[in-house]
Amino acid sequence: MTATAEPAASQALDEVKIGGLGSSRPRVEDARFIRGRGNYVEDVTLPGMLHMEILRSPLAHARIKSIDTSAAWAVPGVKLVLTGEMAAQRNLAWMPTLSYDTQAVLATDKVRFQGQEVACVVAEDPYIAKDACDAIVVEYEPLPPIVNPEQALAPGAPLIRDDKAGQADNVAYSWEVGDKAGTDAAFARADVVSTLRLHYPRSHPSPIENCGAVADFNNATGKLTVYLTSQAPHIVRAAVALIAELPEHMIRIISPDVGGGFGNKVPVYPGYVCAILCSILTAKPVKWIEDNTGNLSSTGFGRDMYLDSEMALTRDGKILAVRYHATTDQGAFYADAQPTKFKIGLVHSSFACYDVPVGHITAQGMYTNKAPGGVAYRCSFRVTEAMFFQERMMQAAADDIGMDQAEFRRRNLVRDDQFPYRTPFGFLTDSGQYLTCLQVGLDAIGYDDFLVEQAEARKQGRLLGIGISTMTEPLGAGNSREYDILGIKMFDSAELRVHPTGKAVLKIGAQTQGQGHETTFAQIVTHELGIPALDIVVEHGDTDHTPFGMGTYASRSTPVAGAATAMVARKIRAKARKLAAHLLEVLEEDVEWELGRFFVRGAESRGVTIQECAMAAYSNMPDGMEPGLENNAYYDPPNLTWPFACYIATVEVDPETGVWDVLRFVAVDDCGVRINPMIVEGQIMGGLTEAYAMSNMQFQTYDTDGNLVGANYMDYLLPTAWETPGFELHEVVTPSPHHPIGAKGVGECAAVGGPAAYVNAVMNALRPTGVRNIDMPLLPDRVWHAAHTGDDVSGAPPFRTE
Amino acid sequence: MYPSRFRYEAPRTLDEALALLAEHGDEAKILAGGQSLVPMMKLRFAAPGVLVDINGLEGLGHHEETPGGGMRVGALCRHVDLEHSTVLPGAQPTMAAAAPLVADPIVRTRGTLVGSLCHADPQGDWASVMLALGGSVVATSARGRRTIPVGEFVVGTFQNALEYDEIAVEAVVPAAQGARSGSYLKLERRVGDFATAGVAVALESVGEEVVRAGIALTGVGPATIAATEAAQTLVGSRLDPDVVDRAADLAAAVARPRTDHRGTADYKRHVVATFVRRILTAERAPAGAAA
Ligand SMILES: Cc1cc2nc3c(=O)[nH]c(=O)nc-3n(C[C@H](O)[C@H](O)[C@H](O)COP(=O)(O)OP(=O)(O)OC[C@H]3O[C@@H](n4cnc5c(N)ncnc54)[C@H](O)[C@@H]3O)c2cc1C
Repeated sequence: MTATAEPAASQALDEVKIGGLGSSRPRVEDARFIRGRGNYVEDVTLPGMLHMEILRSPLAHARIKSIDTSAAWAVPGVKLVLTGEMAAQRNLAWMPTLSYDTQAVLATDKVRFQGQEVACVVAEDPYIAKDACDAIVVEYEPLPPIVNPEQALAPGAPLIRDDKAGQADNVAYSWEVGDKAGTDAAFARADVVSTLRLHYPRSHPSPIENCGAVADFNNATGKLTVYLTSQAPHIVRAAVALIAELPEHMIRIISPDVGGGFGNKVPVYPGYVCAILCSILTAKPVKWIEDNTGNLSSTGFGRDMYLDSEMALTRDGKILAVRYHATTDQGAFYADAQPTKFKIGLVHSSFACYDVPVGHITAQGMYTNKAPGGVAYRCSFRVTEAMFFQERMMQAAADDIGMDQAEFRRRNLVRDDQFPYRTPFGFLTDSGQYLTCLQVGLDAIGYDDFLVEQAEARKQGRLLGIGISTMTEPLGAGNSREYDILGIKMFDSAELRVHPTGKAVLKIGAQTQGQGHETTFAQIVTHELGIPALDIVVEHGDTDHTPFGMGTYASRSTPVAGAATAMVARKIRAKARKLAAHLLEVLEEDVEWELGRFFVRGAESRGVTIQECAMAAYSNMPDGMEPGLENNAYYDPPNLTWPFACYIATVEVDPETGVWDVLRFVAVDDCGVRINPMIVEGQIMGGLTEAYAMSNMQFQTYDTDGNLVGANYMDYLLPTAWETPGFELHEVVTPSPHHPIGAKGVGECAAVGGPAAYVNAVMNALRPTGVRNIDMPLLPDRVWHAAHTGDDVSGAPPFRTE
Repeated sequence: MYPSRFRYEAPRTLDEALALLAEHGDEAKILAGGQSLVPMMKLRFAAPGVLVDINGLEGLGHHEETPGGGMRVGALCRHVDLEHSTVLPGAQPTMAAAAPLVADPIVRTRGTLVGSLCHADPQGDWASVMLALGGSVVATSARGRRTIPVGEFVVGTFQNALEYDEIAVEAVVPAAQGARSGSYLKLERRVGDFATAGVAVALESVGEEVVRAGIALTGVGPATIAATEAAQTLVGSRLDPDVVDRAADLAAAVARPRTDHRGTADYKRHVVATFVRRILTAERAPAGAAA
């Protein structure tokens, strides 16, 4: 820029004031949500609409001897009773899963878990449909149920998947990664080997809105419209085209407002397929809304993974190698939503934040008579387990070599000058200031003072504990070379149209379920174009009217769709620059940009606003230029983004009751550039709340008969504002070097890294008792038993009741 | 979550309500706060043919002291009325301690104490409190009125002593023989959770000497349990530590908990003893300090 005599008064807009990056503008979607004007699938009512209800299996494992639907057909108001046998005539009794397995839509041969879909009824209202479901008589021949991997592998175990040709056992997959020989060699050199075994319990994403669909097949036009509770409507369209053998252009999937997803709303569920089939068969719109028990007992769960681990260490606290075996309990069908190449998600992202030279992971997935899934519950494909394992192993190892847990981390965290850093399992982490984050956390909690207080309290018989969890995680899949789902590459897209008056509409392939995309994605455009965020609407979730995208999960929206948004805005700015040159009657090379305005280099006062350029695009474009101001961008990320977090909890355990309370919780998050700090903080607090739930009260398990414990919200506990601890939030900002605006994913960090902080704190409090592990959730009775006996407590199923 | 078909009646007077009950017999169910009945209907665990909604009846919302330290609680007195009561804190310490621990704030705005007694859930908090206090339920029918001690009113899991044509119009606490003290402790995993174990202790003392005692246990058996022997050891005592320990052990001994997702049987029994000890130790301390 040429120097001017007088410093030119910049006319750039104040970015925060117009709602750009760094502005905590209120969420625009809240205007409708807090007024009860949201539009969820349940709110969709179409003329002539019928209602569907599903009959579920009461047994975990049984052969179906007969299904008598005659009494159901006789209930007045019933329009259709659909069984697996009828679905089979349309080749729809089974469907593919996202992990290249098959899943029953309606059971034909056997039921394989309690809650499995057996039949469905379509009626004039949902009460009649329910009455008719109750009138269906199913004769079952019970088979022995399997509720954990050990039972699944036992000799003589019943074969759950006898439907699959060539399936001779209950193993769903086997997988391994890393360098076995190198790892073995490192273990041979170790001073100390620290071991840990534990079970990460099954939990359920439990969105407030259950799953549901309104399927509307128009037999006059041949078009199928489905209103669906989906985090990924575009993938669903492709899946429906493949499963239902309908032409893709005649399928329109609309995800209206979605009341939470947390990974639960990525898969295609039997209920959706039934609703579609029933609409085709009745030629009427069919609504299906799942109830809470249906959601909790049949849709994608998270976790249910076993760890058997070893860490090789030097006496002075350097990690030489890690190896572990992970066993996943997949339930009856292997239905993880995860990138094709990885059979146990991105579990091998564990230890990415530590300087670990070598490692080896083996994994095996087991079929059991439990609900199917293995969805990424608020995480980037099993990284929750990966980071929990890592941080529990870190604490156990620090204890084993008698080193302070903070110091042990300090000695092993990747240093700032090591980026980009190749992890032992092949990832390339992009950037970070791990040691700084740790120190900010330790200072905030007052680490040294707490240790003194803890020692004093112990003398009075009070049990205080402190737990640390530090972690990075891979967010924002793809790149497309490595990441695909059912062959479709994991990129994302954005379409931007600037109207003549300078207002704009942005359409994205991602799908909000509460994350606030309508707010934050506008802010990205504001940052790039200087159009006030209030002047931009963001649309998504209608496959006929928004560009193709892989959907929102795994913290991928900002890393991928957000990047696409920045890129399309830049294309718009490039065209606007040409329009500005035309309006200013100068060469394009002489036009400079400041937020919201182009001006003539050396004559700063001569300029045009982005709005004036927009008007010119429709009213005064130069000869030869295509009219209009719109474009699109497909973004294929070069790498994942790697945020970092340091979570520290302090707790007090009541030795008489085993009840533990969180005293303080400090969170230091480095998620790169924060688009809307308020929304980022909301994501972190939400994640820490779910982490608290997981560590303290929330789990699903099965008894010996395969009955689900935790099938309703009296048993499956969601924490409320009363018990949720307060969180003290801190930030460090390391921009992602490869993301257009330097942002990283953040939606899941706290749910991923949080649980270990709470558990490590309770374990730290119990350290004098010699207890090494209590499986989550750390229920008062488990803590009490451990504290009193000094024994570890396993939470693995079967759950024993009297 | 779609209940079976039912008829809904909203009588304006007690007589109308009683007539409806007499007419429909065991087909009919009273609807009070609906916080137990409605969930059971939605899950189709209960499918009454006729719902008799008593919320429109006059004169049942009261809770008031009776002479000599007694109490009357009407059938439409909500948990929240008791939680925010200005009467309870001084007069009924055990009830005052329990009120904010019943369910969650949303449920408390609708649910009723009398409904809770009628529901006879072994995990209901009020039944323990009323049992410890030696309370009764007043039942009315077209045939007349009778008073049933809570110990006899709760006959089993979800079973009460009412006839099909009877309405419980109020719960009563008798006059006290001394100054009241006591408390209610409940171990819950979360607000709105039913008790893993709960202990109600109600004491009446003259000076430092206990002249009447009641202890009752929540959630540790097929019905609310009266720890009669434990309570009896307290009478005539000054809550010295050895007496407290004995009471705690005796109370734990009558608990009949089951291992379930809220905890193991051993653990629940241990919590009962711990809570009895905690309540009694706390009762002793301030008295001692005041002396
Ligand atoms: C989420 C949730 C959490 C809860 N947590 C707890 C808890 O922690 N502790 C606890 O104690 N309770 C808890 N409850 C239950 C709550 O306290 C109920 O309010 C109470 O058990 C029943 O009172 P109600 O007025 O709602 O009765 P309703 O649900 O209306 O009726 C319950 C039963 O009693 C009968 N009945 C009611 N009133 C009368 C009457 N006057 N005469 C004759 N029969 C009658 C009904 O016919 C029905 O069979 C919880 C409820 C919910 C929904």
